[in-house]
Amino acid sequence: MDVESIENSSQLLTFFLDEELFAIDISKIREIIEFTKITTIPRTPAFMRGVINLRGSVVPVVDLREKFNMPIGENSVNTCIIILEIAIEDGITIMGIIADSVQEVIKLEGDQVDNPPKLGTRLPSDFLVGVGKHGANIIMILNVDKILSAEELSTTMQEDAA
Amino acid sequence: MAIEIDTSAFTEEAHELLSELEDSLLELETNPTDQELIGRVFRAMHTIKGSGAMFGFDDVSKFTHEVETIFDMARNGTLPVTKALIDLTLAARDHIRALLNVAAGIGVADEAEAKRIINALKDLEAKESEEETKQSPPRWQRAEKTDLDITANKDNIEPQLFRIRFKPTLDIFANGTNPLLLLGEVRELGETNIIAHNDNLPSLAEINPEQCYTSWEIFLTTIEGENAIEDIFIFVTDDCDVNIRLLDRENSVAAEPQKLGDILVQRGDVSKDTVENAVKPLGDRLVEAGAVSSTHVKAALEEQKAVKEKLEQKKRKESSNTVRVPAEKLDNLVDLVGELVTVQARLNQISLSGGNHDIQVLAEEVERLTGELRDNTMSIRMLAIGSTFNKFKRLVRDLAKDLGKQIELTTEGAETELDKNILEQLNDPLVHIIRNSVDHGIESPEERIAIGKPPMGNIHLAAIHSGANVLIRIKDDGAGLNPDLIRQKAIENGTISMDSELSDKEAFQLIFGAGFSMAKQVTKVSGRGVGMDVVQRSIENLRGSIDVASTIGKGSTITLKLPLTLAIIEGLLIKVGDESYILPLAAVEECVELLAEDKKNTHGRHVINVRGEVVPYIRLRDRFLVEGKPPDVEQVIISQVNESRVGFVADDVIGQHQTVIKSLGKNFQLSEEFSGATILGDGSVALIIDLAKMVRLVELEEN
Repeated sequence: MDVESIENSSQLLTFFLDEELFAIDISKIREIIEFTKITTIPRTPAFMRGVINLRGSVVPVVDLREKFNMPIGENSVNTCIIILEIAIEDGITIMGIIADSVQEVIKLEGDQVDNPPKLGTRLPSDFLVGVGKHGANIIMILNVDKILSAEELSTTMQEDAA
Repeated sequence: MAIEIDTSAFTEEAHELLSELEDSLLELETNPTDQELIGRVFRAMHTIKGSGAMFGFDDVSKFTHEVETIFDMARNGTLPVTKALIDLTLAARDHIRALLNVAAGIGVADEAEAKRIINALKDLEAKESEEETKQSPPRWQRAEKTDLDITANKDNIEPQLFRIRFKPTLDIFANGTNPLLLLGEVRELGETNIIAHNDNLPSLAEINPEQCYTSWEIFLTTIEGENAIEDIFIFVTDDCDVNIRLLDRENSVAAEPQKLGDILVQRGDVSKDTVENAVKPLGDRLVEAGAVSSTHVKAALEEQKAVKEKLEQKKRKESSNTVRVPAEKLDNLVDLVGELVTVQARLNQISLSGGNHDIQVLAEEVERLTGELRDNTMSIRMLAIGSTFNKFKRLVRDLAKDLGKQIELTTEGAETELDKNILEQLNDPLVHIIRNSVDHGIESPEERIAIGKPPMGNIHLAAIHSGANVLIRIKDDGAGLNPDLIRQKAIENGTISMDSELSDKEAFQLIFGAGFSMAKQVTKVSGRGVGMDVVQRSIENLRGSIDVASTIGKGSTITLKLPLTLAIIEGLLIKVGDESYILPLAAVEECVELLAEDKKNTHGRHVINVRGEVVPYIRLRDRFLVEGKPPDVEQVIISQVNESRVGFVADDVIGQHQTVIKSLGKNFQLSEEFSGATILGDGSVALIIDLAKMVRLVELEEN
């Protein structure tokens, strides 16, 4: 996924992490579910919150706020889990991320999306597909395939274990 | 637009035929004169050729035709089955597979290889016919057409049932003919039922031992035609009474075996009236009435039976067909059954707490049905390990040839069944282990003779059931592993320190370290130090374990212990803090209580005295970093891990639990200590602890 593919068509789902607006291409999203009990997996990094029962499947849930070093507030009625389809190696893996609240599905035209800036976002630039402008808001468009890629998950786990 | 033909059925069938072809060829190598094996090889090629042409795989069909033509000569006995012929046919088999892959869009066709094989085969043939007769043209050109037609017919012929009445003349012995030999020849044509009629036998006083009083009735089921039967009796038909009749044709119209009476009438043994007069037990009555001898009735009954059997066979053939189902559908079914088991657990929970008798009865019924459904579904997924074993015959043969060694592969327990998914993932590890045995284990024939072993080495593959596990043993009678050499090598590598003392068994475990290689030289086959660590990892991914035993000079045995299935296990549900966990019940031996005073007596060391035996334990609370106060009395689950006893301390033991295993993320590993997760009756998730893994990790951390 790159800027171009977004320019061409994509619709994005926007959501809040803490006070900040993020977006993910809706083609990556399988569904959005209410926050549910998460079974923690002992001795895994904090951002790996655990696993949930998604209609009979066991699905891991990641907390991006933890991964992006953002403050984590209390759960509210708006807290939910966005279930994503992540391309890992050859297959599609189902994973969830926690969102403080889900906003809306928007469509951004080509001139509303910029390449991710090299600095200033406090995020590795390859975590972003681009930066969108929607009204007064600046939206970080996330590259979830990269953020939740196998090597990204395992490197963080090693750092955490060390 | 061309009509799309679904060729997947052909490709699948062809691959199956190819592996059958391979098996038959390898067997043929040991029994080069076995006509049936030659026939099997021929038929496999013939079918590939035929259906290949039908589905538009012209390359496959053309090439196979060439090979088949030459192999046909082996079938006719004009070309001896030699090692060269088998080698070439095996190469041809590989080429056919390559061609199939090309058709599927994988790789490119190697024309040169095809030419080489065909030419080499023709050379073989030419050499043979030169020796036979110099003038005649090559047989594969001359006889090709007619031979093929005949075989094509034979393949499709349904066996037919014949009745042969053979009444030799009294003086048959005088002609030097032994009727029993003729009967013997008939027997060779197919399944026979022979009845002797002794009605004409005179009393002992009158008997002339040089005369034949007996006549025979033969029921023969054969794929050979009437002519073949006539040929047997050709020299006696002039003076004996021979009557051959095809029974099938009459019966196929009715599709029901004829009534006994009708048969007797038809055969002229009795008149229609007599039959009609007989009311009950027909045969007996007829005998009683003296209308027909008991042997005649017996013969007629025999005939009826034979016809009936044949019809039944035909029916059975139609109904006992197997069904080919894509593996994916089966996996879906297993998933669904898994969900059903989960829902059923929930239903049980609710019915027990609700107190409604009707619902309880219903829940019990559902439980029973779910259990049966689960067992049935699991059994569908079970496959015999034999086909996997057979693949290795070729591997061993080719490797041994490359390395100039003589090795035979023997197998045992080929019928042992394992879950399909386990079997699939077992292939690569087994290839590694067998390669190692061939390369490092078995010595060259010269070395073997020098130390008094037979030149032919042996690798024995065995599969044995053992409780909820299957043991797979790979045993060779080669050089064995030298524990001292392994220690030395490990010290060189820095894997272990100079002063560490390892038992032989521990030393053998070192070969599973990444990058560890005992080979002095890197050969084509192995020695790059990639392998055993991968083997161990894949076996552990299957929730199995691996064990090595070896004696220098005698050989090594590698034992893989694998679970029967990956989908559902019996688990023990425990509680640690707020979370529930599952331990595989197969490993659990007993549960004992851990009292506060026990802890005090051991001064914080994690060991417990279980009826005189000191057992170390792991406190899951510590391991899982659970906060809060533990209960006063904790539970120690004593388990068997890698042949030693280890305790696992939990807050509480809930009980046995049917555990449907769900993977934790498909393409990555979340945690090493957990082999998966399961969904409990209340819908929450419980993690399944991998005991062996956890013990190893704790050992590593403590040392």
